[in-house]
Amino acid sequence: MPEHEADGQLATPTHEVRDFLHRWREQIAQRWADEPLFRTVFTVSRDEAVEAGKVVVDALAQVADSDQVEDPDSAGFSGVREQLARMGVARSRAGLSNTQVSSELAALRPPVENLLAADLEQAPPEHLRACSTTLTVLMGTLRLVAMQTALSEWQALSDRQRLQLMEVATPVIRLWDGIVAVPLIGTLDSARSQVVMETLLDAVVDQHARFAILDITGVPTVDSLVAQHLMKTVAAARLMGAQCIVSGIRPAIAQTIVHLGLDLDVITRANLADALGYALHQLGADIVNAGAGQR
Amino acid sequence: MHTAAGVEACLPIRSDLDLVWVRQHVRQAAARLGFGLVAQTKLVTAASELARNTLVHGGGGQMEVTHVSSAGAQGLRLAFTDEGPGIADLDRALSDGYTSGGGLGMGLSGARRLVHDFHIDSTPGDGTTVRVTCWVAQPPRPREEA
Repeated sequence: MPEHEADGQLATPTHEVRDFLHRWREQIAQRWADEPLFRTVFTVSRDEAVEAGKVVVDALAQVADSDQVEDPDSAGFSGVREQLARMGVARSRAGLSNTQVSSELAALRPPVENLLAADLEQAPPEHLRACSTTLTVLMGTLRLVAMQTALSEWQALSDRQRLQLMEVATPVIRLWDGIVAVPLIGTLDSARSQVVMETLLDAVVDQHARFAILDITGVPTVDSLVAQHLMKTVAAARLMGAQCIVSGIRPAIAQTIVHLGLDLDVITRANLADALGYALHQLGADIVNAGAGQR
Repeated sequence: MHTAAGVEACLPIRSDLDLVWVRQHVRQAAARLGFGLVAQTKLVTAASELARNTLVHGGGGQMEVTHVSSAGAQGLRLAFTDEGPGIADLDRALSDGYTSGGGLGMGLSGARRLVHDFHIDSTPGDGTTVRVTCWVAQPPRPREEA
């Protein structure tokens, strides 16, 4: 039983909520540990989930203590931001949408409210109502903080992935003395094709390449802009003394290019092997079957 | 008359990333209707050209995907709408090699050759709408009666 001061000397709702959170810390954490948000993120043991719950309860109590229950930037939240972000990201990795994560966060409120109602059973109804409202606001702020943190985490993740993709997609492979190849994969937008051109031209210089093979097997759509980017890359390589060969033109792409009316003014081959054969032949190196003479 | 089964999807065209989504959506919708690989590639390429026009020349807009059927034939209609400056000289815009945006000048004329039906409405100062339709097999002939 909470020890209420004499009538008329009730604590302010925020301080009442703070004291309530301190008193019921263990029980709140125990109940949260059974909620999907905690149960599925902290899978090692139930104690781990309870401990994580206590940290969040402490943060809430600290926010209530500072009287800033509506402020998501309140200092009390700073200690749990990282943990909340980790929980949100873990849930979205498990395939939940933002809305589902948000409603799992909302599900943390009812158990706490029930405990508060039981705790303040003896208190005047208007005091209970005021405390209940404060708690609702506080839990809403917690939800906001968790979503904000998780969203910025997701944003950072997707930015990182985009940068990674840009690098991953443009390896220049040395196939032979004087022959390099770039397997192009995915969408060739302006930014990507700029990276392709730069890495290819660097490789032409570094490897003294006389032939550069651009393989477009992994490019799903060749429209006029992609063709223009390809032709610019080819022209730039030509200026540096390297001849380009475009390979990996699939039948559907070939027919589309013809209908589109594009004129790819460059040597093309159906696949990478043919392109390599052509380049080797031009360099004066022909492939002969070593076993043929012994038979 | 073609019967339209209602607008299936309406995609915004506001950035380069939206173009990627437009292409993927059109490819999936075409594959679901049973388009062959060549027909899919043609339609996706046409959509890519037109969506880029909407973005670059029209300053952004949207694409509506509609499933149409006529005389037993299934098709996909794409409508690209923008509220940009419009096209003053349609004949010139539709000719090969004419460009106002630094491209190859093959986008609009090429897209027209990649689809079965091509309609363009443009009022200078009032925006542009391009409607294209592709049929799964051959386009239905209006005068063919059983």
